[in-house]
Amino acid sequence: MRFDAYELEDFYDELFQSPNQPRVEGVALVDRIHQLESGELLQRQQAAQQALFKLGATFGVYGDHQGGERIFPFDVIPRIISAQEWSHLEKGLKQRIHALNLFIDDIYHDQKIIKDGKIPAELILSATGFQKPCMGLNPPHGVWCHITGSDLVRDRNGQWYVLEDNLRCPSGVSYVLENRRVMKSTFPQVFEEIPIQPVDEYPSYLLNTLLHLAPGNIARPTVVVLSPGIYNSAYFEHSYLAQQMGVELVEGRDLVVVDGYLQMRTTQGLQRVDVIYRRIDDTFIDPLEFQADSLLGVPGLMQVYRDGKVAIANALGTGIADDKVIYAFVPEMIRYYLGEEPILANVPTYLCWEPKQLQHVLENLDQLVVKSADESGGYGMLVGTQSTQTEREEFAQKIKANPRKYIAQPTLCLSRVPTILDQEFVGCHVDLRPYILYGQDIYVHPGGLTRVALKRGSLVVNSSQGGGSKDTWVLCQ
Amino acid sequence: MLSRVANSIYWLNRYIERAENVARFLEVNVNLMLDIPNGIEQQWQPLVTTTGDRAFFEEHYGKATAENVIQFLTFDQQYPNSIFSCWQKARENARSVREIISSEMWSEVNATHQMVADASKDLSISDLSDFLEQVKQASHSFVGTTDATLSRNEAWHFGRMGRFLERADKTSRILDVKYYVLLPSATDVGTLLDELGWIALLKSASAYEMYRQSSQQHRVTPAGVSGFLILDAEFPRSIQFCLWQAEQSLHRITGTPLGSWHIPIERALGRLRSEMEYLMIDEIIDRGIHEYLDQLQQQMNEVNHGIYETFFALTPLEDTAAPQSQAQSQSQTQFLATQQNH
Repeated sequence: MRFDAYELEDFYDELFQSPNQPRVEGVALVDRIHQLESGELLQRQQAAQQALFKLGATFGVYGDHQGGERIFPFDVIPRIISAQEWSHLEKGLKQRIHALNLFIDDIYHDQKIIKDGKIPAELILSATGFQKPCMGLNPPHGVWCHITGSDLVRDRNGQWYVLEDNLRCPSGVSYVLENRRVMKSTFPQVFEEIPIQPVDEYPSYLLNTLLHLAPGNIARPTVVVLSPGIYNSAYFEHSYLAQQMGVELVEGRDLVVVDGYLQMRTTQGLQRVDVIYRRIDDTFIDPLEFQADSLLGVPGLMQVYRDGKVAIANALGTGIADDKVIYAFVPEMIRYYLGEEPILANVPTYLCWEPKQLQHVLENLDQLVVKSADESGGYGMLVGTQSTQTEREEFAQKIKANPRKYIAQPTLCLSRVPTILDQEFVGCHVDLRPYILYGQDIYVHPGGLTRVALKRGSLVVNSSQGGGSKDTWVLCQ
Repeated sequence: MLSRVANSIYWLNRYIERAENVARFLEVNVNLMLDIPNGIEQQWQPLVTTTGDRAFFEEHYGKATAENVIQFLTFDQQYPNSIFSCWQKARENARSVREIISSEMWSEVNATHQMVADASKDLSISDLSDFLEQVKQASHSFVGTTDATLSRNEAWHFGRMGRFLERADKTSRILDVKYYVLLPSATDVGTLLDELGWIALLKSASAYEMYRQSSQQHRVTPAGVSGFLILDAEFPRSIQFCLWQAEQSLHRITGTPLGSWHIPIERALGRLRSEMEYLMIDEIIDRGIHEYLDQLQQQMNEVNHGIYETFFALTPLEDTAAPQSQAQSQSQTQFLATQQNH
């Protein structure tokens, strides 16, 4: 297969700067692909898919009771990021996470940012992610967001934007690691020729981040991954990370609060747990304090947490910063807390909460992407350019009924990467979710998950909406 | 090890063993029916009786025809002990302990589950034997993979305990039902009524070849076959052998030396197994084989319950009881309860 007929159209292409002219960082890859015998690339694509199938690297789809699990489709053409570009992103992400962490800490303590008039109190209090029981909470070392996955996109000019931040339990990192493993066995020679930053240390960094949280004086802290169980869409990842770190994977029913400590039920009796990497939402953690009907959580856990006898990553309450209305204020937070200008830009965002902006949104629904402030995974959104009149009318009603719940953004012309569709190269839109760990320092894992929209022309990259993924190569300096 | 994890590994092994036994019972009966002279009614009812789920069968199927029984035991998705359901639950359990078992074990379970699910969509009766063979093979392959890839840790011992307790239960059950069918009256004991049936019974437990080889036996007799299936110390599907394996794993888990006991479950299993060691088949026949097996099953039932109480149902708090372990043990209790009614 060759790229001769590959069309760039009017988009930013991550691999080619002009027709048949790869970007500097992509030359070696394109050469390598052109050297393959005809049919070989397709064979390797199939082999890679099969390898992932055998691993059982699946995700679940909500509302799909028949299939339950699916394989996350994988494309073998990687997305390449130059060392220089990466260092820019890395700086920008560190800055952003630093500010977000200070923001969360502020919100659950003095709320200076509200008092200084930078964010209206009303927006904070009405955010579904704002957790009253977390007021006054002091997580170890003042860190709230230990694991973040921020979604980045590039527009038509190649300019990077942050699309959203995921500070509760971002998923997808297991695919980063598995995709790389499969790519290494699919294209070993390329890895010899091109200096690519390795990704395998993620579980070690994650474990260190978690161990750092353990209450003092414990020689060998017990770390667990808390999962909702096998029916959760990201169960594969929960189990994978537990295995890679060599820690227990637990469910709420394995845990119990006894004598003021969190304990797990083992065949040898109860055993104390010191650090939880939780993969369930805040409100499911403890039915006594949050959702009373939750079967996933552990009654009494919140009090143990407050007493500092167990650490939780991410801290409870971080969901406040996941709210897409709050997102709009992140550049302001960076200026407010750090006294710096944001390195990475936000996508321009209209808040329907504000009457003038609401008017603008309603008048331009066919041009905008409207999102619900507290939903993710591509649910609860309207892509104006691809919607029907009826859909827009229905959505307008929803917005008017609850303006606080909605934001709108211009439709971005997401950058593209060549992808194999129907045995030819087609430019498909991508985004990027890098993973950031906040332990002793802030660490940005090189690369991240490149999600790709596998329908021609589609802009929705979510796995639950038919998206796939690619390996992400960050080149060495 | 987490109680929930131990419970899942235990049941993962039980379900795979259960599916294998169902496949074997079915395979042998299909073959046996081919040997029956025309005009004599085919015997499918005993197979249903063996499962202990006769009420379920009668409610959903009515008459025990070949077609009904085969569907019931292979692909019935509602029936919790069909081959399909067993593999589905085996995979579900495996999936919940993926980080504990080896990836090779997971692959085996995943692949077989897929094979069974595919077969359930379009299996013609002519392919049935191949399918049953594959189910048996998959179980053996899983056990081999486990032995070759899993450390001899708690997980391995819980797995072995589950597998052998399930096997002991199945051997006792097939013997009980077949004995009853083959020897309807106690006065027939000791006569050579139906050698074909007894050979089929041995084959149901993959015991025919080993029975022939074992030095004590020359002829296929009811006493010989029963003795072999209950008391043989070397045959891996005899009840005594199975209980001995389970007991060894139990003691590795608790750390109590073999031959002594600290907790009730060690006493219950140890006593049951060691009594068998000194028993002779003639004594069992004198007592009545059905009566003996009935009591044995009750005792094994107590062992199952003891394992649940000791390891899986730790500190039962009302709100946080483990739904999965309860559901699983419930289906088993129900299974045994119905068995006692036949």
